[in-house]
Amino acid sequence: MKYTILKKIRVGVALVFLLLISLFFLDFRVEVPEELINTTLYLQFVPSLMKFLTTLSLASAGFFIILLLTALFGRVYCSAICPLGILQDVFIRISNFFKKRKKQWNRYTRPYNVLRYSVLGLTALALILGSTLLLTLLDPYSNFGRIFTYLFKPVVAGINNAVAGLLIHLNLYFLYRVDLYPVQAGLLAIPGVVLVIVFLMSVTRGRLFCNTICPVGALLGIMSRYSLFRIRIEPLDCTRCSLCEKACKAECIDYKAGVIDHSRCVACFNCINICREGAVKFDLVRPVKTPAVAEAKPAMAVDGSKRKFIIGSMAWLFGLAGAGMAQDTPRPTKKSTVPEPRNHPVCPPGSSGFTVFNKTCTACSLCVSICPTGVLQPSFLEYGLVGLLQPRMDYHAGFCNFECIKCTEICPNGALLPLKLEEKKLTQLGIAHFIKENCIVHTEKTDCGACSEHCPTKAVHMVPYEGSLVIPDVDDTICIGCGACEYACPTVPYKAIFVDGNPLHLKAEPPAEEEKAKIELEDDFPF
Amino acid sequence: MKRREFVRKSIGAGVTAGALAGFGSLGRLIAGPLPQESEWDVVAVRGGEPEIMFDRGIQSMGGMRAFVKRGQSVVIKPNIGWDVIPEKAADTNPNLVKHIVKRCLEAGAKEVYVLDHTCDDWSKCYRSSGIEKAARDAGAKVVPAHSESYFQTVTIPGGKILKSTKEHETILNADVFINVPILKHHSSTHISCCMKNLMGNVWDRGYWHRNNLHQCIADFATYRKPHLNVVDAYNVLKRNGPRGVSLQDVVHMKAMVLSANIVAADAAATRFFGSEPSDILYIRHAHEMGLGNMNLEELNINRITV
Repeated sequence: MKYTILKKIRVGVALVFLLLISLFFLDFRVEVPEELINTTLYLQFVPSLMKFLTTLSLASAGFFIILLLTALFGRVYCSAICPLGILQDVFIRISNFFKKRKKQWNRYTRPYNVLRYSVLGLTALALILGSTLLLTLLDPYSNFGRIFTYLFKPVVAGINNAVAGLLIHLNLYFLYRVDLYPVQAGLLAIPGVVLVIVFLMSVTRGRLFCNTICPVGALLGIMSRYSLFRIRIEPLDCTRCSLCEKACKAECIDYKAGVIDHSRCVACFNCINICREGAVKFDLVRPVKTPAVAEAKPAMAVDGSKRKFIIGSMAWLFGLAGAGMAQDTPRPTKKSTVPEPRNHPVCPPGSSGFTVFNKTCTACSLCVSICPTGVLQPSFLEYGLVGLLQPRMDYHAGFCNFECIKCTEICPNGALLPLKLEEKKLTQLGIAHFIKENCIVHTEKTDCGACSEHCPTKAVHMVPYEGSLVIPDVDDTICIGCGACEYACPTVPYKAIFVDGNPLHLKAEPPAEEEKAKIELEDDFPF
Repeated sequence: MKRREFVRKSIGAGVTAGALAGFGSLGRLIAGPLPQESEWDVVAVRGGEPEIMFDRGIQSMGGMRAFVKRGQSVVIKPNIGWDVIPEKAADTNPNLVKHIVKRCLEAGAKEVYVLDHTCDDWSKCYRSSGIEKAARDAGAKVVPAHSESYFQTVTIPGGKILKSTKEHETILNADVFINVPILKHHSSTHISCCMKNLMGNVWDRGYWHRNNLHQCIADFATYRKPHLNVVDAYNVLKRNGPRGVSLQDVVHMKAMVLSANIVAADAAATRFFGSEPSDILYIRHAHEMGLGNMNLEELNINRITV
């Protein structure tokens, strides 16, 4: 049958996307080229939509192609392009090995329309009100990214380290150890819970997640209901054997009634291949009936009736956001040093500051995964609840490499936009502040200067102190807030120098041009 | 390798290689046997390309074979601390590293390792400095040093403050240790050269910074004496060190210092830089602890102009 090729194509495309996107998030050696990442992620729905909203450029119109594809062929995105969708198919496939045949079968169920359209409506409304929090928690691509970055990558790195450790004994160094900076357990819980939910839902009820919780699934479902090409059962060929319903992981085929709920069909084409009679077809639907008005209404009504509740919960979210900001100041300990008076978190380069960034990022964590120094770490409440899980510069984990612009080149959301290296070197993420009371030079009366050593612009420079000692001083105008000083500062528990983020990134002055340095003695020996 | 075994091994290698040649009178008291090979405490070379200066210098110290015996493993420790291009002179000259690797292998070294615990992201430093490629091309194994698991705890009996630290296992295991720093300005210790370069041998540098940096630098020199120090002063970062800001900070000095004694090598290099060894606190500490002689007037110096 000619229709059976469809599933083969679907599986082929899905495998390519799954393998590539997995690779991007597991690439602990940071060797995948940006072009491949950007090309592959171009079609990811939510990132592309977010990028379009920020840049308003057609160059980021991948989501539009998806809408077009959905209008033509239904939710092919969910089966062949969405990595979380494909991952569920992998779970289903694996679990089927351990199930008796009957347990593998699916059964038609009624859709959970109230739930799925409420989720979609709430997510959209939150987005309009400026909060990406719900989208962050629900976007399938971002969830996939976090599961891989925070749960699977450490496992892969662990295996790498074990093998690298063995190879050292053979005097081989082509593999090397990768020490990932530990992420707070509380933050790991989020991808952990999502993974468990997605896994359990998929192995028990197929694509239930995609049809109840996923806002992308709900949105595309509205379109796929009316797509030009649709799955249908040819009544004349059908023997009512029920195999198509049993094979339908979206639980959307009612074989008895001969009806298919196209809003939930993820275009996996399993039904086509299982049908012995060739009665399941995928072809152009001629517009006969007009159910559009009747069916669209309930969705609208749900939004309307929930409005108060939505506004209430949004207010709650933003309220908590404020509380989160204020929580960041630790108390002094016995060591009696001064806590760093931090006002703002530091937002990655290319973001132009967190006031913009928080509204665009959905915390897929690709930048966290790909950052060579590990300075990008997921935030908890540093940005407030609105920025939950979004990356921030954590200068305890690392510092921003002066010569690196990797994160700005791969952000699929456009939350980080490309910066030329020369621009990045003058982008002021924040400003370093010196706390003399914490400084070794002041407390111990010995030289240190680790901060100034690491400073790429010499914004942190050493000035005369007591006797022959030198002590740090910061030139605000040329500081770019890379955090090298803070990372290198050896004082505990509080740093003697720290970077306070700029809410909006500023432009730093370039370091002053100095005259060419001179040699003391041109060609003789000074002894 | 256990520490004791290592100490035994390195002293043995050191003596046979004439590695203690540069010790001043104070140094001899604690170092034991007198050097056999070189008549010079310090060899200073000027005016050539790094490869030529090295060849002339090492020749006057009895040749590479005085330091590297057939079948020995060698570890070369350049400064690869920063993700900058070689012209910025914050990392050791890659051509020099390549050349020393080559000479070690020619002398019969079984294996030559090159490593540094960098300050900037290690893989970028290894790449940008040109040292990774240069050393590999010459036949060395370039070893990572970015993970604590590569380091082992050692005790430092001679240390006043630094009593123990974690040193890279490849350095612990090697028969011959060649220190190849680049001479440059340093914002807090004024000069970075031989002794300061050994901070790249260890894992936790923060401890040194917290606990009297100068004394810790001198303390570590009691423990880990390179068999040979080769100071790269071909291009010298005169200010804004140790990382440098612009190419204007660099002078083309075309100089090199070779010595088996780390204090003498640092003292001579400091003069090239334009400063007095006794003004550099860690050099003074090391001198006073008897690790070598910083008084260049009392040393036997071979001056070679290429």
